[in-house]
Amino acid sequence: MSSPDQALVALHRFGLGASAGALARIAANPRASVLDQLGQNTGLPGSNLPTSDAAIRTARMDELERQDERKRLAVQPAAMDEPDAKAKPQSRPVAQTIYLDEATARFSAFATTQTPLIERLALFWSNHFAVAINKAPVVRASAGAFEREAIRPFIFGRFADMLRAASQHPAMLVYLDNYQSIGPDSRAGERNQRGLNENLAREILELHTLGVDGGYAQEDVTSFARILTGWTMVAPGDDGFFGGRFTFSPTRHEPGPQMLLGKRYEQTGVEQGVAALDDLARHPSTARHIARKLARHFISDDPPQRLVQELQDTFASTGGDLLAVTGALLKAPESWSAPLAKIRSPQLFLAALARAAQRRPETPALLNQLNLLGQPLWQPAGPNGHPDVEDAWASPEGMVVRMDIAMQWARFNATLDPNALTEQILGKAATRETREAVARAGSRAQGLAILFMSPEFQRC
Amino acid sequence: MIDCEATLSRRSLLGASATLAAWAYAPRFAFAAQGRDARLVTIILRGALDGLSAVPPLGDPDYAALRANIALSRDGASPALPLDNFFGLHPAMPNFARLYASRQALVVHATATSYRQRSHFDGQDVLESGMAGPGATDSGWMNRMLQTLAPGERIGQHGGLSIGATTPLIMRGKAPVLGWAPQSLQRTDEDTLSRVLGLYQNRDPRLASALSAGMATEGIASRSGMRGKGPQRGVDYMKQISAGAAHLMASHDGPRVAALAFDGWDTHFNEGGATGALARVLGGLDDSIATFETVLGPVWKDTVILVATEFGRTARVNGTVGTDHGTGTVALLAGGAVRGGRVLADWPGLKPAQLYEGRDLAPTTDLRAVIKGVLADHLGLSPETMRRNVFPGSDMAAPMRGLIV
Repeated sequence: MSSPDQALVALHRFGLGASAGALARIAANPRASVLDQLGQNTGLPGSNLPTSDAAIRTARMDELERQDERKRLAVQPAAMDEPDAKAKPQSRPVAQTIYLDEATARFSAFATTQTPLIERLALFWSNHFAVAINKAPVVRASAGAFEREAIRPFIFGRFADMLRAASQHPAMLVYLDNYQSIGPDSRAGERNQRGLNENLAREILELHTLGVDGGYAQEDVTSFARILTGWTMVAPGDDGFFGGRFTFSPTRHEPGPQMLLGKRYEQTGVEQGVAALDDLARHPSTARHIARKLARHFISDDPPQRLVQELQDTFASTGGDLLAVTGALLKAPESWSAPLAKIRSPQLFLAALARAAQRRPETPALLNQLNLLGQPLWQPAGPNGHPDVEDAWASPEGMVVRMDIAMQWARFNATLDPNALTEQILGKAATRETREAVARAGSRAQGLAILFMSPEFQRC
Repeated sequence: MIDCEATLSRRSLLGASATLAAWAYAPRFAFAAQGRDARLVTIILRGALDGLSAVPPLGDPDYAALRANIALSRDGASPALPLDNFFGLHPAMPNFARLYASRQALVVHATATSYRQRSHFDGQDVLESGMAGPGATDSGWMNRMLQTLAPGERIGQHGGLSIGATTPLIMRGKAPVLGWAPQSLQRTDEDTLSRVLGLYQNRDPRLASALSAGMATEGIASRSGMRGKGPQRGVDYMKQISAGAAHLMASHDGPRVAALAFDGWDTHFNEGGATGALARVLGGLDDSIATFETVLGPVWKDTVILVATEFGRTARVNGTVGTDHGTGTVALLAGGAVRGGRVLADWPGLKPAQLYEGRDLAPTTDLRAVIKGVLADHLGLSPETMRRNVFPGSDMAAPMRGLIV
């Protein structure tokens, strides 16, 4: 099988699609255009967004005010001569406003970033450590901040640090219920009916580190859950300074040593959990799990075993240095020779449209398109995140909706010349069949829609 | 007909999408004093309308042989509707036939813009820009015409028009316009779907099987009403946007000048004769015109609807029960202000030597002359204004007078 077009590998496999001039810019050295992004700034460009604790506090205050307002309206029905009075508060919840602002910052980055590899990695890792906004207003308000605070700083750092930051983040603690998990023998547990919640402990083992076949048993889940008791956040309604921040609550923490994966954790307090996480991050099963997932995400639904092994070895030998692991992925021969056989996820599809068309709909419309395509932003169906394989996205209904959305973008951008755009974003990688189908289209919009749906545009 | 699986047949009802762009002002026209508050609607048919099927020259001795299995005739199960001794009308257009009979509709045949190549994009560029060749300007002739009119009141918003939908080139330019397309996610027309499916069948079998399965399931879902009030496809959409446009234009503070664009006329495959892909979109166009008539109500008498396309199609049927890109075609005028009941044509004939480049209906009437005639007699534009601002370089195409009551 012949190698795929190298520029398309750079732009589709490791990027967000071609924007104007990108093909020409990278033509001389597509590989360098990707490798040069290693180690660059992973922050979200140009954002001025609240920290998670500020977001959680303001969202909580808003929630309380809205509850009061609803109560007030319930006992005091709108007078007949006040036609404007409605039965419930009208303004948009603050949590939703923050979510929209965060989404806008992402869409803007998708469309304009000069380091698309970093956005791809941010998407990958925030989906690895998935949270879902429909869990609670706290998560809705802080999902964007979670990605900025717990994921991005460590994209080229240590996996162990990302794991700890994610596990201690209020968005994760609320999403996976740990904020109210209480050690049965803790002081709080002794005077309270509530107790242990295993949710976060199980998902860290199954999804974030070892993998489902990573060699742990139910007793490991339970004792890890005990280790994590007391990892919670300061109640956002109580504390105007620290509400919404991570805190360790000794009164909820299960006392005494715990056995996890055959190792005894003597430490008490927060350090017990930190030590357990560090060991999980170093575990060989974690290296294998992450290696496989990275290769599946970027290269193929069924990735070459040699590549997986190399990533696994790199992860293990560097102690989970993600700069080294990502570098190994980008330098591997398979990365540049395997056919572009994956299909763009809805997020990547919209990102590619935004870069190609240079004109995108407003944030609510884009979020709606992601919903229709089955990949709502920061709202996967479960903690395993959005799926990552062709079968999930190239479904019959998915393809028809994708076509409708391609058509909508085409109409929205019907001033573009589809033949020229084909040249600009696919260049010599455009097949004869695609060129002809675009050229023969009955209108500019139809030509653009065909280009946006062409195999070359869809595959990554 | 060759197609089709039952589940796909509803999809083949389709073939259209639509947008509306209207001037942001309700101007005072020259004729307002005489009690006419003129309305002008241009409907662009993107993809190249087959004029020989829309208005078949039944009296031409070469027509039936050229058209073979898609030829229309005066008899049979679905006879062409009578216009005059020579021309018929496609049976999918009963409303246009009724308007024609009541002298509110006319046909200009064997017409074309000045464009003589066969690229849709360039052809539409010429049709909409009003320039002699493609790529000459980024403004449309309707917009430049609006710039020459004195703006009156700014039109009411009615919640319907918003800026955002793509403005067709014909209305782009310095005069402020508003665009509208219904809010819901518009469904992709059958023609585009089948083109993408064809591409997948050549290049990507996996995506082909997913897309064709999706098209089939969707057919089932829509027949059993599972889609609820989901977005509409095709001809329904043409009617929907026409109703929306007409409601706006009927209002005293609504727009007076608007342009619509309908997709789906590129009938290379299964164009058909009395039934088929073309019949379905022509039916949609016919419904749209009837919708304008109904909704415009009392102002229909002051209205002209101009229907035009970038070029025509080959005189001969091709190998897939369709026709390929051609040259001469028809333009349609409908409305209470049209002096109708006539087919205007300097008929070139259909013998091999009479066809343009041996393949297309030869154009004998400059479409710019038709439009200039409408603008002169309906909106009161001076020849000088049209020559200088609206259709530069069209001096030789004198306005065709007498099209308007």
